[in-house]
Amino acid sequence: MSLIVRKPGILTTVQDLGRFGSRRFGINPNGTMDKAAVRAINVALGNDENAAVLEMHFPAPEIEFDLETAFGISGADFGAELDGGPIRNWSTAQAPKGTVLKFRKKALGSRAYLAVRNGLDIEPWLGSRSTNLLANAGGFGRQLAAGDVVQCRESRIDSPISIGPSFSAGYTAVPALRILPSGEYGLLTALSEQVFLSERFTLTNDSNRMGFRLKGPELHLVENKTLVSSAASFGTIQLLPDGQMIILMADHQTAGGYPRIGNIISADLPIAGQLGPGDRVTFKVVSVMEAENALAEFERELSFLKMGVRLKRDVHA
Amino acid sequence: MRIFPLGDNAVTVEFGNEISLELNRKAIALSEHFESNPFPGFIESVPAYSSTTIFFEPVKVRDAHIGCRTACEAVSLIVETASAEIRDKVETDRATVEIPVIFNSAASLDLDEVCKFAGLDADAVVYTFLKRIYRVFMIGFLPGFAYMGEVDDRIAIARKQSPRLKVPAGSVGIAGKQTGIYPLESPGGWQILGRTELKMFDPNSDPSCPLRPGDRVKFVRA
Repeated sequence: MSLIVRKPGILTTVQDLGRFGSRRFGINPNGTMDKAAVRAINVALGNDENAAVLEMHFPAPEIEFDLETAFGISGADFGAELDGGPIRNWSTAQAPKGTVLKFRKKALGSRAYLAVRNGLDIEPWLGSRSTNLLANAGGFGRQLAAGDVVQCRESRIDSPISIGPSFSAGYTAVPALRILPSGEYGLLTALSEQVFLSERFTLTNDSNRMGFRLKGPELHLVENKTLVSSAASFGTIQLLPDGQMIILMADHQTAGGYPRIGNIISADLPIAGQLGPGDRVTFKVVSVMEAENALAEFERELSFLKMGVRLKRDVHA
Repeated sequence: MRIFPLGDNAVTVEFGNEISLELNRKAIALSEHFESNPFPGFIESVPAYSSTTIFFEPVKVRDAHIGCRTACEAVSLIVETASAEIRDKVETDRATVEIPVIFNSAASLDLDEVCKFAGLDADAVVYTFLKRIYRVFMIGFLPGFAYMGEVDDRIAIARKQSPRLKVPAGSVGIAGKQTGIYPLESPGGWQILGRTELKMFDPNSDPSCPLRPGDRVKFVRA
């Protein structure tokens, strides 16, 4: 009763929405890079939003369904195919026993999600099924390898559900990310602030689940400030001693000592979570009010989706 | 005290920017206050050297505080009230955790460096290191990695110029006035004095790490 990993892909891990409550012990939340995609596909499948999924990079894995499974794909478009037939992204589908899921080409975004009805059957660690690659704990405690068997239950959904385009509307390789200024933003020189707000910054090859290293014009602070370590977060933009920035992502360290320029707002983190090496970003400062409104707007859309899924299921029941 | 947003779902409360017992006590007290008196929408708090960061769910907080324009504003007000409450609280005494350390050529990777820096022989360096009781200021960097201090100035050697690619798990190191133990094998630049066989992080035990912010640590010869 399971999914069989025939080919592992370059970095396939079990993730949910993250592990909270342990940051003060140095254990960071991990979780999916694109939470919007995961919450939406889980809702479409009638799952708890936090149900465990597979996060996949390209080249993506090849997965055999060892049992009849209702599943859904969301996030990046990797050209999913089930036994050679195309599978719509952002939709639920039915996989008969013995069928194989493959991904043909990377069209848009960097991380795709495979969710199954009822979620992946994985023992939680500290309240979450997310993989902590550093601690070798949670999920499989590592990235998936060929031959791994991921447990899930047999499932069927009679009426397939497609998610509207609003959840993936922001995907682009050149996003303007909205940020809230943080601790040391006010210490940027006037010129550096202007550069920060107007230039494009490119993600280097050193960009992964831990963080995105950016390459662009150097930024400087008015004074060279040495900071004692303090908490960092998913989306924190730090300024490194060489004048370049790093955006901390889902597998970031819990604390850091580099100047904090700002943080990507929660509503834009899923867009950032789809970026990879070579993609280019610009930054736009917004108010706390705008950041919170954008998040509330997303929550509203998700609750509409939830309502729609429930109605459709009731009609077919 | 400075309060600033660390994104739309966290605020950092900065009591100062230095390694100091007084500021660290405030940071830990504030963190513990929220861990035992969470407000609606509170997720968790992370105490550091001289700051505490409070993580929360913005939409939940905003719904619970309709009088505030933003969740950030509501949490800032909650923090100000809490800071006033904890001001006079005396930190409860913590037990001292004893950590046995092996000092030998295989474990003490940088003992020679520290001797050169201090102008002391190996026994004197180890003696100077063991003499003090250290405070756990914060945990971060790696799961269970405790930042402790303060190390005697005579042996407070700076980090290595270029970090080691692999520091063995259990390595006890010095970085300036800080000392710490690598819970896992990891790259790292601290000067390694010895190694403990005590597990500083074990995902299968509860709690996963034996040390908490505010604990006292006494290193002893294994």
